[in-house]
Amino acid sequence: MKVIEREAASETGRLELPKVIPSLTIRPVSGWSPLGLKELWEYRELLYFLTWRDIKVRYKQTALGVAWAVIQPLFMMLVFSLFFGRLAKVPSDNIPYPVFVFCALLPWQLFAHALTESSNSLVSNERLITKVYFPRLVIPLSAVLAGLVDFAIAFLVLIAMMFFYGITPHLAVLTLPLFILLAVLTALGVGLWLSALNVQYRDVRYTLTFLTQFWLFATPVAYPSSLIPEKWRALYGLNPMAGVVEGFRWALLGRTEPPAPMLIVSSAVTLLVLVGGLYYFKRMEESFADIV
Amino acid sequence: MSEIAIRCEGLSKRYRIGQREARYKALRDTLTDVLAAPVRKARKVFAGNSSAQNFNGQESIWALRDVSFEVKRGEVVGLIGHNGAGKSTLLKILSRITKPTEGFAEIHGRVGSLLEVGTGFHPELTGRENVYLNGSILGMRKSEIERKFDEIVAFAEVEEFIDTPVKRYSTGMYARLAFAVAAHLEPEILVIDEVLAVGDAAFQKKCLGKMNDVASAGRTVLFVSHNMQAIQSLCRNTLLIKSGKVEAFGNSKSVVVRYLAGIAEMGSEVRWPEESAPGNQEIKLTALRVYTDNAAEGIYSSSEELNVEMKFTARSKHSGLCIGFDVVNSEGVVVARSYQTDLPPEQWPEIRLGENKWCCTIPRGLLNAGLYYVSPRIGVHNMYWIVNADPTIRFEVILDHGVSPFWNTLNAASRPGVIAPIFKWAS
Repeated sequence: MKVIEREAASETGRLELPKVIPSLTIRPVSGWSPLGLKELWEYRELLYFLTWRDIKVRYKQTALGVAWAVIQPLFMMLVFSLFFGRLAKVPSDNIPYPVFVFCALLPWQLFAHALTESSNSLVSNERLITKVYFPRLVIPLSAVLAGLVDFAIAFLVLIAMMFFYGITPHLAVLTLPLFILLAVLTALGVGLWLSALNVQYRDVRYTLTFLTQFWLFATPVAYPSSLIPEKWRALYGLNPMAGVVEGFRWALLGRTEPPAPMLIVSSAVTLLVLVGGLYYFKRMEESFADIV
Repeated sequence: MSEIAIRCEGLSKRYRIGQREARYKALRDTLTDVLAAPVRKARKVFAGNSSAQNFNGQESIWALRDVSFEVKRGEVVGLIGHNGAGKSTLLKILSRITKPTEGFAEIHGRVGSLLEVGTGFHPELTGRENVYLNGSILGMRKSEIERKFDEIVAFAEVEEFIDTPVKRYSTGMYARLAFAVAAHLEPEILVIDEVLAVGDAAFQKKCLGKMNDVASAGRTVLFVSHNMQAIQSLCRNTLLIKSGKVEAFGNSKSVVVRYLAGIAEMGSEVRWPEESAPGNQEIKLTALRVYTDNAAEGIYSSSEELNVEMKFTARSKHSGLCIGFDVVNSEGVVVARSYQTDLPPEQWPEIRLGENKWCCTIPRGLLNAGLYYVSPRIGVHNMYWIVNADPTIRFEVILDHGVSPFWNTLNAASRPGVIAPIFKWAS
């Protein structure tokens, strides 16, 4: 038994030298460096496994498991419908208020989750960072991607609700992936900044709750953006989530105007935050292992 | 094709003091805590005993200073030095985890680094899931893991539990599985920190065997260990680092001898303050000394009984605790190992909660002349080490237990042989 095992081991253990041996020089870093997206691509399998880990682990020890993905937005929808819809009579662009708010809560939850998880991701993966080399970008990226599963599950509930209220989407629904992408990229962009800052200043963790709450009310989730005067609406797009949420309502429910000017501003802001975040992250990357 | 695998030129690394200490302790699993303990301990010692200097208004230290050396393709090189000498920093730079402050390193080939076993293991995931996760973290492709999966599981001897979450594993099983994944890495250059300090003796032997396979398969290996015998048997050349600088680089045997001899500040007694005492929450070693009833400190005659005293504080009475030490000679050979559990169980000294003071007696007429070191060891039987230290105290033995006029050859202070007992003869 032992002998067989040893033979098998040495057979696979024999080294076949590749034709081209990759060479690498490790030097001190100074200033801004390229993003290394090609290297990120080489580590795509690691990205897959880390995302898969985050998804698996999230529900392993919870009694209700995947149901949490539905419970949270569902209860928020009920509370919002009661207080804003019924009691405060917030207008909802002639859409039944529950669908109106749930349709906005989905991208919002996706964003808020992805933002929180990615901001804390470097700190919670400290062991990996100090023991293994890989492009650090993989970590916040996997944290953001893991949130998509929750979103997909909650989305099924939305479809059921739309069916219940007799809302049929039209062709605009095909643009939906773009809005999902915009939400994810916004979360990633802000998450990159915050996760890198979090390594140095753990204060970030405490401001996150505050930030997401504040951001929720600055986003037209509980109310329509039509409450904002027309001439200010494009400016409202400076909050990229405003563009995402209104885009969602337009694509799915199809009863509102396409929020074009707002979207252009939102996309531009997201792009700016994302590219800035990528470079800032890359610049801070080298010091993560030393100070995390 | 270049013949050089690793070339370092003036490699230096400066840390701000306090930078390496985790400012916020993360919530960690107790299992992984055990595996990480030596690393953290090393950090602590590090911050304590290195010289400080000013750096942008902040205190800073050079963890590495002007380190240059070359490793040829296919060479297995040992890396030794005290805790905090800069071994880990060097490995971290070579595995690209941290960047040097000055100098550069050229690496020709794919590097796999093992600074810890079980990096990224998640207690909630099953053994199978963790093999995939850990494998990909260490840089294996999914197809590669699939191909080696059965071999890894067989090596770890955890076949029946492969679909059980690893939080239900014993510490030994966990460590074996973690090492098994790591042992199946196949890069051209392998950088290994003290990872053999896991598992029971049989498993350690298996790991050393695997290391031998790796070494003979033509891979380049840089290997840190406290086990001087493993260093000497696996590595032809060894690099000795002292206070961040290269102290010696060359033939393993002579470097090991130099390392052991160079521990000049070492006495025959050591006490640890509470916060830096080796050990874990359960048990901490607080003092270690060697003495005889009547002798100048540090030099003992072989005709007297030699006492090794260990003081430790215990917070629990773990039934599997083995407390003892290695006696190592100046060539790094472990002359003997002793635990309280070597005796029949009814004679084991009792572990009391709080302070304990035990004494072990090495019989007279056993040791040969020479320098000896004591490395304290505390472990849980067949599971893991709690203390697995470098040589910690030193003493000298003068050979004078001969009872025959023919005992000593001319001009020799010692006899041939590792030990010098007198056997019985009869006709």
